[in-house]
Amino acid sequence: MQRFSRLFRELDQTNSTNRKVEAMVRYFADAPPADAAWGVFFLSGERIKRLVSPARLREWVAAESGYPAWLVEASYANVGDLAETIALLLDAPAKIAEPLSLAGWVEGRILPLRGLDEVDQEEAVRGWWRSVDADQRFLVNKLLTGALRVGVSRRLVTRALARHADQDPNVIAHRLMGDWTPSAESFDRLVAPGEVERVPSMPYPFFLASPLEGEPAALGSRDDWCVEWKWDGIRAQLIHRAGETHLWSRGEESMNGRFPEVEAGLDALPDGTVLDGELLAWREGPLPFAVMQKRIGRRKPGAKILETAPVSFLAYDVLEADGEDLRETSLAERRQRLAALIADLDHPRVELSTTVSAPDWETLATLREEARERGVEGFILKRWSAPYRVGRRRGDWWKWKVDPLTVDAVLIYAQAGHGRRSNLYTDYTLAVWADEETLVPVAKAYSGLDNEEIARLDRWIRRHTQERFGPVRSVEPHHVFEIAFEGINASTRHKAGLALRFPRIARWRQDLSIREADTLADLKRLLPADD
Amino acid sequence: MQPKTASALENPLVTRDRTGLVCPSGEFHIDPLRPAKTAVVTHGHADHARSGSERYLATAASVPILRQRLGKEAVIEPLEYGETRRLGAATLSLHSAGHILGSAQIRIAHDDGRVWVVSGDYKRQRDPTCEPFEVVPCDVFVTETTFGLPVYRWPPMPVLVAEIAEWLAECRTRDATAVLFCYALGKAQRLLAELREHLDRPVWLHGAVQPLVECYRAAGVALPETRPVSERSRKERFAGDLVMAPPSAAGTPWLKRFPVRSTGFCSGWMRVRGNRRRRGFDRGFVLSDHADWPGLVRTVRETGAREIVCMHGKTDTLVRYLRELGIAARDLDELSTDAAL
Repeated sequence: MQRFSRLFRELDQTNSTNRKVEAMVRYFADAPPADAAWGVFFLSGERIKRLVSPARLREWVAAESGYPAWLVEASYANVGDLAETIALLLDAPAKIAEPLSLAGWVEGRILPLRGLDEVDQEEAVRGWWRSVDADQRFLVNKLLTGALRVGVSRRLVTRALARHADQDPNVIAHRLMGDWTPSAESFDRLVAPGEVERVPSMPYPFFLASPLEGEPAALGSRDDWCVEWKWDGIRAQLIHRAGETHLWSRGEESMNGRFPEVEAGLDALPDGTVLDGELLAWREGPLPFAVMQKRIGRRKPGAKILETAPVSFLAYDVLEADGEDLRETSLAERRQRLAALIADLDHPRVELSTTVSAPDWETLATLREEARERGVEGFILKRWSAPYRVGRRRGDWWKWKVDPLTVDAVLIYAQAGHGRRSNLYTDYTLAVWADEETLVPVAKAYSGLDNEEIARLDRWIRRHTQERFGPVRSVEPHHVFEIAFEGINASTRHKAGLALRFPRIARWRQDLSIREADTLADLKRLLPADD
Repeated sequence: MQPKTASALENPLVTRDRTGLVCPSGEFHIDPLRPAKTAVVTHGHADHARSGSERYLATAASVPILRQRLGKEAVIEPLEYGETRRLGAATLSLHSAGHILGSAQIRIAHDDGRVWVVSGDYKRQRDPTCEPFEVVPCDVFVTETTFGLPVYRWPPMPVLVAEIAEWLAECRTRDATAVLFCYALGKAQRLLAELREHLDRPVWLHGAVQPLVECYRAAGVALPETRPVSERSRKERFAGDLVMAPPSAAGTPWLKRFPVRSTGFCSGWMRVRGNRRRRGFDRGFVLSDHADWPGLVRTVRETGAREIVCMHGKTDTLVRYLRELGIAARDLDELSTDAAL
């Protein structure tokens, strides 16, 4: 754990990508493979299933430190991170225990917590707190509560591993896909020389589109590009190998069994087929995302939900056919193979994602305006001649989204942010007029402001607080912000009766008074008719 | 005579008016925000020593520092630590606060027998460049609460010094300049003194730090060799050197003088990772000239005061915590009547 703690500190103390990679390379070289495996796991943002609730940890740290619960809470509100708050509240250990490796911590201590009752869990965790320094205490808490954010992307970890193993980063990325379980053996396999070994369930790394800024005309001739609607669903890879079918999300989560209407009948696919596409709530066309949301997280959908929220897989690429990796071939060729595959399969819930045939960029631009009515987010532009790449590489795949919807709303509550912004008020609740004198909250937006604006608003919030509710402050209604959002749905869970999708602050409208903010009626007009 | 058990709320010895902290019965202000008739100044930091008052009272040790802030014309009456002075119906004396060179707490003894102490800024950690904090028994202790949360606890000095020394050594191996940002008054000198054993070449100072280092030397504080950055040629890259600068120099073109650099910031706020990362310095070192949480709680107890008045910073948490411990405590704002404001 000392070694991992040092790595964490090194990563935390630099903003230089190169130095981060160097630190990771050193770690992979020095650490025993079992530790390095867990290091890869945590660095790439994976987490072990939460074993202890934050509420328990708060109680335990109050008991351990002797501070009242409200003071733990006030400290947390200031620090913005529970794992760190706990690390800072407790005394330095009277005596440091024997060092234990990262793998020893995870496998020998943290994971076995699952089998313990609450009393034994408390005794174990408080014992650990007493035996390690504040840095390690912070890490242990992080592992207990969820993801460890260290400011390295998965891609950076892949780069460090590739450098350590003297391998092609794409091979490493591929080996990391799917159900990668940390162990000494899996780490050795990860950094082994040679090609990727085939495991039937293993997905390919996804190729991701980058947002298109500026005009598409800059991309050259329209004819070089495959244009598809940008579906608002769940990106997925569908695999049929060795008689097994697997469905993976972009977050590399197995979705097997969650979409039985899609999975049924896939045995008809030739062995060694991998399709890339989108899972969508679909009935002769896309249903609102709110319908899809009912399926997300449902592991075993019942008959009723299958009836009201049916899902289809829209295939837009084929990465493997007849066991052959097609990623280096052109999109044009892949699309041809895909069309033939889908036609042969003839499955009611697996469709070919259609391409848009408008002749030129101008016509496409006009069509794009209709995107929202069609239930899509815009276009995806893919170069016909391009291979299927790894990760978010700019150049061959672009997302050309419709401009967001906007609303002018009034700031009514503020809450301190987390991590880097833990003692700045950066999380805002915004409201519109329900009637002449009532503001009703419609969105929580995390700042889209620049640092200078954040600092200014933070000072204003502190001076104009009306009431405090724990970490939240209500402020005098005064500031108007333009909120951008991607969609709107009716909602019974929200006071306003609607919910915005992806709300964020587009602009601080200092030119507007709160009387000029929008009304709830304005927003309700934007609700989809079929909702 | 006021009965000894009266609450601090009744006829308070110290309250707040438009000009700042005031002792009405002694007719003087403490660290006034705007010009006052008589200003008792706790120490030389810019937010405590402001120009324009008719006359100043301060410790003899802080006079050279105050001269720099307040100008040659300012009327400053020096007082030795512990020396008393009659002002109105009060007797005033200054006692070491351990914050920076010449920093003081203010003891106010009213003719009716009440004794109040205003802490000013203070710390309990050892500091080789100034006198240690003196515990002054009193009835009411007015304490600063800059770091009034239990997460703010300072590491032992040797641990911190080793951490900075390790960073300096690491910069040296890369031929990088270690640019250390810290307050020009107090912290810079304290760091110089603490790092002394780890320095084998001069420390280079920003123009704002240099004169204050001279002030300390003149007061007899032993400090390692320092030189102004400005005396070196523009081509000099300061490879492997330590440079000290005020936080205001961060992000300015002045830093271009050190093309390969690592930046560090010394502050109590660096205790929290979010602060460290947000400020954008490469390294944050937890060093403060204020009392940490245990220091605040310990001091409050040691003064034996029957009532604590909290000002500046996280007053609400310390007030509530002390009350739950059975110690009478309140926010300074409660003493400030509307009439006074």
